[in-house]
Amino acid sequence: MNQASPIVEIRKLDYAVSNRPIFVGLDIEIQRGLITAVMGPSGTGKTTLLRLITGQVQADGGSIEVAGENLRALSRTKLYVLRRRMGMLFQNGALLTDLSVFENVAFPLREHTNLEERLIRQLVLTKLQAVGLRGAAEMMPAELSGGMSRRVALARAIVMDPELLIYDEPFVGLDPISLGVILRLIRRLNDTLGITSIVVSHDVKEISSVADQVFLLSGGKVVAHGTPPELKAYPSETVKQFMGGLADGPVPFHFPAPDYFGELLSRSGEP
Amino acid sequence: MGKSRTLNLGTGTFVLLGFAALFFLTTQTTSRGLPFMSPPHYDLTAKFDNVGDLKVGSPVSMSGVEIGRVTKIDFDESDFKAVVVLRINAKYSQIPTDSDASIYTQGLLGGKFIGLTAGGADTYLKDKDQIDFTQSAFVLENLIGQVLANFTKSKADAPAADAAPAPAPADSKAAGKPKAAEKTK
Amino acid sequence: MNALRELWQSLTDSLEKLGSVIQFLLRLIANSPRALMRFDLISQQIFNSGALSLVIIMLSGFFVGMVLGVQGYELLQRFGSEEALGEAAAIGLVKELGPVVTALLFAGRAGTALASELGLMRATDQISAMEMMAVDPIQRVVVPRFLGGVIAMPLLAAVFSVIGIYGAQLVGVQIMGVDAGSFWSQMRASVTLADVNEGIVKSLIFGVACSLIAVYQGYYATPTAEGVGRATTYTVVTSAVVILFLDYLITVAFL
Repeated sequence: MNQASPIVEIRKLDYAVSNRPIFVGLDIEIQRGLITAVMGPSGTGKTTLLRLITGQVQADGGSIEVAGENLRALSRTKLYVLRRRMGMLFQNGALLTDLSVFENVAFPLREHTNLEERLIRQLVLTKLQAVGLRGAAEMMPAELSGGMSRRVALARAIVMDPELLIYDEPFVGLDPISLGVILRLIRRLNDTLGITSIVVSHDVKEISSVADQVFLLSGGKVVAHGTPPELKAYPSETVKQFMGGLADGPVPFHFPAPDYFGELLSRSGEP
Repeated sequence: MGKSRTLNLGTGTFVLLGFAALFFLTTQTTSRGLPFMSPPHYDLTAKFDNVGDLKVGSPVSMSGVEIGRVTKIDFDESDFKAVVVLRINAKYSQIPTDSDASIYTQGLLGGKFIGLTAGGADTYLKDKDQIDFTQSAFVLENLIGQVLANFTKSKADAPAADAAPAPAPADSKAAGKPKAAEKTK
Repeated sequence: MNALRELWQSLTDSLEKLGSVIQFLLRLIANSPRALMRFDLISQQIFNSGALSLVIIMLSGFFVGMVLGVQGYELLQRFGSEEALGEAAAIGLVKELGPVVTALLFAGRAGTALASELGLMRATDQISAMEMMAVDPIQRVVVPRFLGGVIAMPLLAAVFSVIGIYGAQLVGVQIMGVDAGSFWSQMRASVTLADVNEGIVKSLIFGVACSLIAVYQGYYATPTAEGVGRATTYTVVTSAVVILFLDYLITVAFL
């Protein structure tokens, strides 16, 4: 794989929301240069994990190191500096609605650099070309389909040449063609730009075709980790249910409820 | 980029409009006006025993025509009189030096204003001159007090037929036509 | 006993909310100098809050002025003081109606727009995206809107008052027959610079209050569709109450 230190190191992470523990003693290492998938059933806190990694939320216990920096020790300004080395793709694209596609991609450049207009134009068009949307540069976000806005958001996320790219549920709600496009982009960008990608998703089939490493979360802990083939063969009921998409297993089909017949009978009004 | 041009135009117009409105309010609704906007003028002073509620900015008129404004009301401690500065529009430059200034009331409950009545002299008032003949403001309470006082007095002089009260000569507080009023110096 | 505890709870909640709002205000003020350097952003917001509100402000000012003309004439006529109509209309507009009605209309038109814009940005992750791109959303998006509102308000109030005075004049002079000269001269004789200043101060304070409430509600809205809706409703309601309360305080302070 590679010898450099992991780009993200999470050790013994504790995080709770309103006394409900989300993560307890979580350990995750994200290796550089790879596409790492973080999977799990809905509600395990995958998105929360992303917000912890990006410093949007502070952990209760344990440590998170990104590119060697301990997040807890960073001031707001330093955090902002660190964030410039990251790019994040939000679930719904999160394009700024009052700016055109071109201006959206140019946004980080305009805010953080003093590049002259000509250079900005070249950079923006190059990134748009990489995601296949150079022709849509003058359109407004409202005119784009879901898949297209996500691609624009992707172009925006890579415009500052980050070291780390984070995808939050990038496959949700896409048609098969757009899915194929995004998958291809994730793989291609990771390899050609030499960056690290973290993909949070629960689309097992999609992500397995693209990820190098997978972490499966459940109940606030890592229940399995390895390559996609390793996970498919993992000797655990929980993993098998998730990877196979089985309706019943360790995660029960029925939401906890009182005895079925008992409830039916009392409903029909018999004393 | 056409969009941002319309935007800037719109914002600029709005801000201009707003400031124009503010300007209007401060200069056109108040008596302040702007120093460089007021027409050429000269100032006269007049002393009164009592100015009532005459205000700075109250009009100064002659024969019912507004010819100026009150710009200052001061108090002279040496003779205990009110000193009023009247700013007269320069085009009315032929006010005789023996004219008199009286304080009148607008309508029944209106504000006070100063009315000038022409005298007969051949010389005219110029800047910084003083109007010597003045008539103080009409103070309602004093008239009522006077009427009551005279009424009880006439009742006391039972058979006396002249019930008409003769105004006390000392301070002329009775309002009325300038001709009937006393002139105080 | 339970009712008492609930009352205490809501009292402390309100106090906490007030503290949070004041803290937000201080944060906005602290970020203002930096935001002023991006004047293009502020200029855009002045357009959104001010220029786009002009029509409703002018229309309302005109109608309110006309009503003042009618009512004022009717009232003053009983004392034979119709000539004082100009004075009555001007003082009423400049000191009270101008700032207050403008602020209420502002809260309804511009305030809700600000709250819903920010709420929507929050709900569609645009604010998080900005944070992720290391752009401070407070500086880039919130402060310009806040300053835009503060700057626009006194200008709008002035326009309202001016149009109102002309509305009163239309009714009083053209229709009711008050002498035009007296209309303006009595006004000039009694309206002082202090009155105009009081109006300007009021509209500035209202501008701060309304803009603050609007951006606060929008920025901290629950990121759902109904959250945004609630934010806009609260903006209008809270603004109205705060305006009327502050109006009383300022009027007394100026006495």
